Amino acid sequence: MGANFVQFSLTPILIGVLSAIACALPGNFLILRRQALIGDAISHVVLPGIVVAFLITGAISAIPMLLGAAGAAVVAVVLIEAIKRLGKIEPGAAMGVVFTSMFAAGVLILERTDTSKVHIDVEHALMGNLESLIWLRAEGWHSLLDPAALAALPHELFRIAIVCSIVVALTVIFWRWLKIATFDEGFAQALGIPTSALGFGIVVTAAVAAVAAFDAVGSIIVIAMFICPPAAARLMTNSLKHQIWWSVVFATLSAIFGYIFAGYGPLWLGASNAVSAAGMIAAVSGIILGTACLFGPHRSRVGIGKETTV
Amino acid sequence: MNPFLDALFLQAGYNAALVAIGAALLGFSAGSSGTFLFLRKRALVCDAVAHATLPGVGIAFIVMVSLGGDGRSLIGLLLGSAITAWVGLFLIEWIARHTRLAEDAAIGAVLGVFFGVGIVLLTIIQSMSSGRQAGLEGFLLGSTAGMLFQDAFVIAIGGSLAVLATWLMRRPMTLVAFDSEYAAAIGYDVRRVDLLMMGIVMGVTVIGLKLVGLILIVAMLIIPAVTARFWTERSGNVIWIAGAIGGASGYLGAVISASAPALPTGPIIVLVAAGCFVFSLLFAPVRGVLAAVIRHRRFQARVHRRQGLLALAAQHPIREAYTLRLLRHEGLVRADGVPTKTGRAQAAKIARDERRWDIARQVHQDVGLTGRYDGLTPIEDVFTHDEIADFDRRLGRPVAVGGE
Amino acid sequence: MKTSMTSMQQPTVAAQDGRVTPSAAPSSDSPLTVSGVTVSYSEKPAVFSVDATFPPNAMSAIIGPNGAGKSTLLKAALGVIPRLSGDVHVFGRPIEQARERIAYVPQRASVDWDFPTTVIDVVQMGLYRQVGLLGRLSGQMKTRALNCLERVGMVDFAQRQIGQLSGGQQQRVFLARALAQDADLYLLDEPFAGVDAATERAIVDVLQLLKAEGKAVVAVHHDLSTVRNYFDHVFLINVRRMAEGPVSTTFTTENLQATYGGRLAATHLDELSVAGAV
Repeated sequence: MGANFVQFSLTPILIGVLSAIACALPGNFLILRRQALIGDAISHVVLPGIVVAFLITGAISAIPMLLGAAGAAVVAVVLIEAIKRLGKIEPGAAMGVVFTSMFAAGVLILERTDTSKVHIDVEHALMGNLESLIWLRAEGWHSLLDPAALAALPHELFRIAIVCSIVVALTVIFWRWLKIATFDEGFAQALGIPTSALGFGIVVTAAVAAVAAFDAVGSIIVIAMFICPPAAARLMTNSLKHQIWWSVVFATLSAIFGYIFAGYGPLWLGASNAVSAAGMIAAVSGIILGTACLFGPHRSRVGIGKETTV
Repeated sequence: MNPFLDALFLQAGYNAALVAIGAALLGFSAGSSGTFLFLRKRALVCDAVAHATLPGVGIAFIVMVSLGGDGRSLIGLLLGSAITAWVGLFLIEWIARHTRLAEDAAIGAVLGVFFGVGIVLLTIIQSMSSGRQAGLEGFLLGSTAGMLFQDAFVIAIGGSLAVLATWLMRRPMTLVAFDSEYAAAIGYDVRRVDLLMMGIVMGVTVIGLKLVGLILIVAMLIIPAVTARFWTERSGNVIWIAGAIGGASGYLGAVISASAPALPTGPIIVLVAAGCFVFSLLFAPVRGVLAAVIRHRRFQARVHRRQGLLALAAQHPIREAYTLRLLRHEGLVRADGVPTKTGRAQAAKIARDERRWDIARQVHQDVGLTGRYDGLTPIEDVFTHDEIADFDRRLGRPVAVGGE
Repeated sequence: MKTSMTSMQQPTVAAQDGRVTPSAAPSSDSPLTVSGVTVSYSEKPAVFSVDATFPPNAMSAIIGPNGAGKSTLLKAALGVIPRLSGDVHVFGRPIEQARERIAYVPQRASVDWDFPTTVIDVVQMGLYRQVGLLGRLSGQMKTRALNCLERVGMVDFAQRQIGQLSGGQQQRVFLARALAQDADLYLLDEPFAGVDAATERAIVDVLQLLKAEGKAVVAVHHDLSTVRNYFDHVFLINVRRMAEGPVSTTFTTENLQATYGGRLAATHLDELSVAGAV
């Protein structure tokens, strides 16, 4: 299992895990702020962002892509706000208008431009590409200590590792603000915390995580990563800190088991081809969430919420 | 002839004409059915329902193939998509009702997970036999090549049923969307009405899967309704206007797409609809931005007019040139700044109304209402007769404005 | 949880402190009879085992401190929120069979005022059940809707979009909608909260006219100082039933102190000119 695993599974699993964690962390706050569907919007606008970046720079490389996606997220958020205010439209509908239009624009540009030199096609954008992020130069576990082999690691791994560390760092640095503002925004404002900048920051961080995860799971499945591990975590505990930890655990488990089931599952069942790792990761995160909904210690609603009325 | 005009008048070939008609019908039914979900503030449920169709398509294909069929029977695939979409809807409701997670988290979770499962199934199908899956990926973004009359027929029948159901149920759905507590109190089963609303949307989603794909059908369900809202203040009219916008976008989008190569139909339709939205946002007569700007300018003019008349009533000189110009233009002052007879009469009324408004502000703590005083809106327009009589009682007898 | 309609006498229900209170027998006189209703959110009762019998042809108030279950009781009786246990009878029949005899005026806050609908549209919503899915709103019904608007003084505002109204005007429109139903029992949830004096007077006039016509009115009421002036019958609640009866005998210091947990200052009670206040 050694050489085979290191060559073909180690890097994809690592990339998957780091992507899942990078998405789960901001996802915690999106859920608590009832902004889960901004994740939906982000996962749809990543595509046009990347396409525009490609148009402008003519190549697929990391920084322009990240900037393109972050830029698209910013544009989307600004447009959503503008439409909400100018048109007096409720948030869900405003989001729906903006991200579907932006997505359509992205698909249109994609279909019309010559992308044969680089590998963006719509299906890749939607479904991700995890299985192909392999480490051919590796020869076994000892390659982890071999600088020449390390230099041949897929660059997506470095990219997601950097983004994931940034997301973790941001979460740690702004922890106190995040905690207070998520619980009671008015109080946080009174304390002088710039809550709208904070909210904006959460969304942009989520967008950056989304584009970094893009290679792994594609843009649409990212929403499962934003929501399922944190939602499952929410049902396990009442403490924000523990929720964050649980979400990291669930994200990791989803990525690892998702990849394993996708790659090896069919073999175990007698078929010969692997299935989509991205889809399987989403499916596993769904199973974890379902289990938490049925058995999680803090799954029931306390207090009178509007959900109890019609 | 110009390819665009050809397509516009259905002269660009059988396939193009079929696509145009199918898109128009689909747009009409999506626009009208999506209205109530928008009014109920659950627009993004459409997105979850759409994404939840994918596993159903995959399962239906696998089942049909394993039963010996070709696997691409449209009815079979649509049936499968409806089943998983329904399961998805049910799960969203279950999660929102029985756990502490909010509805938006439930929507997002179902969306992502079902779509992921669908992708897994697609890859399974890909490996089953590489020739067969062609066509299933078309459900993601739509495919118009090789559209059959049968497909247009499905859209026509299904769409009509959806529109009919929407129209029949418009009263309970309007009431549930507007005031669900009252609806429950008078005996409507709110949960069932909601499920019906979402079921109709699901039906339209399933119908539109082949033509525009699951990702873009969401746009057809949401954008027309939001756009229609700019043009009317009555919910019944929103349905038809949304349908018209959807239908027009569908037709026009298909026509544009047929008139030039490499223009995928689904995205063009969505962008046409988005264009209608932007136009309405800016130029709709009452709710549009331009109208708001004009109203603001007029408001400024009224404020100056009122201040000028108040100055007249109090016999203060008017210093601002803009105000003087305004009053002169309306014949309320003469060129030398002395009020005319009409001017004095207006000033007297303004002065009395001003005092009525003072009382109103004391009586009503409602800033939104008293802030509507702009010197031009008669107080009768804002308060009812008995309310004004109340103010007058407190004021006493009217007083004339001193003149020459 | 439903008893058969043939039995007129229900078993007695034990209250929490052991006192046995005969539960209300659903007589066909009482416009609203509630027996053993409990509503809870996640093991915490908001309303616990409440019995209430409201008298016919009278104005009754449900009063109690904030969060004590006043609105919850009303909504649970109507089925707007689910109840854990208990029966509700309207004029002797189970409420599900008697909906056409009830009209409800909910709290204003629960509605989106930017909804595309005009004042007259809202009033006509009260006729939806009668008209059914397919029926046309006849001219006679439209006239009825306008008459209801006239009764609340809002007929000139019929074509206006509801967001352009003041709070008091919105409340009047809700009342007009209830009037359009031509019911025998009117249930109102804090009808005077946040309205101006003129609207309050207008609403009280309408309600007293209803009483004069032989209807019954039950209102969740927040303002203790007006209970004596407006209401005949009062029901005090603080999660459980604390007292009920005619205002003259039941609106007493002792009952109020018990309901409000001793939080009412003695001077306040004097102002209320409550029976029994020193």
